[in-house]
Amino acid sequence: MSTSKQLLTSVEMARFVARGFLRLDGVVPPEINERAVAALEQGLPGVPYGTPLAEAFAPDTFVHDLLAVPAVAGAVESLVGPGPTVDHHAVHVREPHEGQAQPLHGDAIIDVRPDAFDIQLMYYPHEVTADMGGTLSVPGSHLRRINETDVGRVQNLRGQTRLTCPAGTVVVVHHGIWHSGRRNDTARRRYMFKLRLNPTVPQVRLWDLADLHDPAVNAELGAWLPWYEQATGRLEIYNRVLLWRALTGDDTFDVDHWVTRVSNRPALRSHA
Amino acid sequence: MRQHVLVLYLATSALDAPVVGWSRYDGTARTHPTTGDSDEPPYPTGLAALHDGWRLFQASQLLPPQPGHEYDVSFLKHEFLFEKLEDSP
Repeated sequence: MSTSKQLLTSVEMARFVARGFLRLDGVVPPEINERAVAALEQGLPGVPYGTPLAEAFAPDTFVHDLLAVPAVAGAVESLVGPGPTVDHHAVHVREPHEGQAQPLHGDAIIDVRPDAFDIQLMYYPHEVTADMGGTLSVPGSHLRRINETDVGRVQNLRGQTRLTCPAGTVVVVHHGIWHSGRRNDTARRRYMFKLRLNPTVPQVRLWDLADLHDPAVNAELGAWLPWYEQATGRLEIYNRVLLWRALTGDDTFDVDHWVTRVSNRPALRSHA
Repeated sequence: MRQHVLVLYLATSALDAPVVGWSRYDGTARTHPTTGDSDEPPYPTGLAALHDGWRLFQASQLLPPQPGHEYDVSFLKHEFLFEKLEDSP
């Protein structure tokens, strides 16, 4: 395992802006996973809101070591920068044969920030199979403003992700993503550790910028997702462009002229 | 009589548009559909549900965006509710 910091690329950042999540499959070593399962079975002490991340978890805890995994540390720094604070953490358990999934929801309350976002780490210390009720998430839902479970009426969407993953997987999500703990149809408890982080610095150009002008960035930001309605899907691209402008500090960036054409206000006689 | 309810979210406000989301509720209690239990929609379009005997009883209104919120995105707009009735056991 490399010990150097692994910042995200621009293409990976653009994918996060478009889809609202980043998967890091099996990046956490087995030794940490084993300690994590034992700790999650016992429950974890709370951390006061706003505690600096560097002070929140003692060096002998699995969370401390989890956050030091280079892929995890690089993703966190790329998305929320150095010195984030802990919003909250939680141990999520899907009980065996509990018969019902969580309703589809977004966490916390409706969040209208256009130029900042929190991230949530979802850590799966053991393998998650299809019938264990892995987290359902809806790629590209994070910019749709809903309030918590108001969207619970919707059970399934084309292109949804019903997570299956190897042990040691971390999924990093934008705070706005629609998700749900699925029904666990096995006889085994499923654990997930969630950690929400608040940025303390402007989230501008925090990742590896070497590929900032790669055409693949535009392709990611313009990607159409299977559940988008024909009209609103265009608004999704519009809103991604606004977020990418905020993250890069480049207020001229566009994808296929979506924002430029509707903000073009030439002044009368401006050519004179 | 017991009611089966099917909710289809369509790509446009037209009933024959493709299905992009779906939910089911079973008034007979014989099945218990829930969040994230299938990746494939039950019908390709809303019209296909009519062809299979579902009765449409509600479609979302077409509402213009509020001034200043034209670019906001939220719930899926094109929601159609269907029912099938079944004799009580």
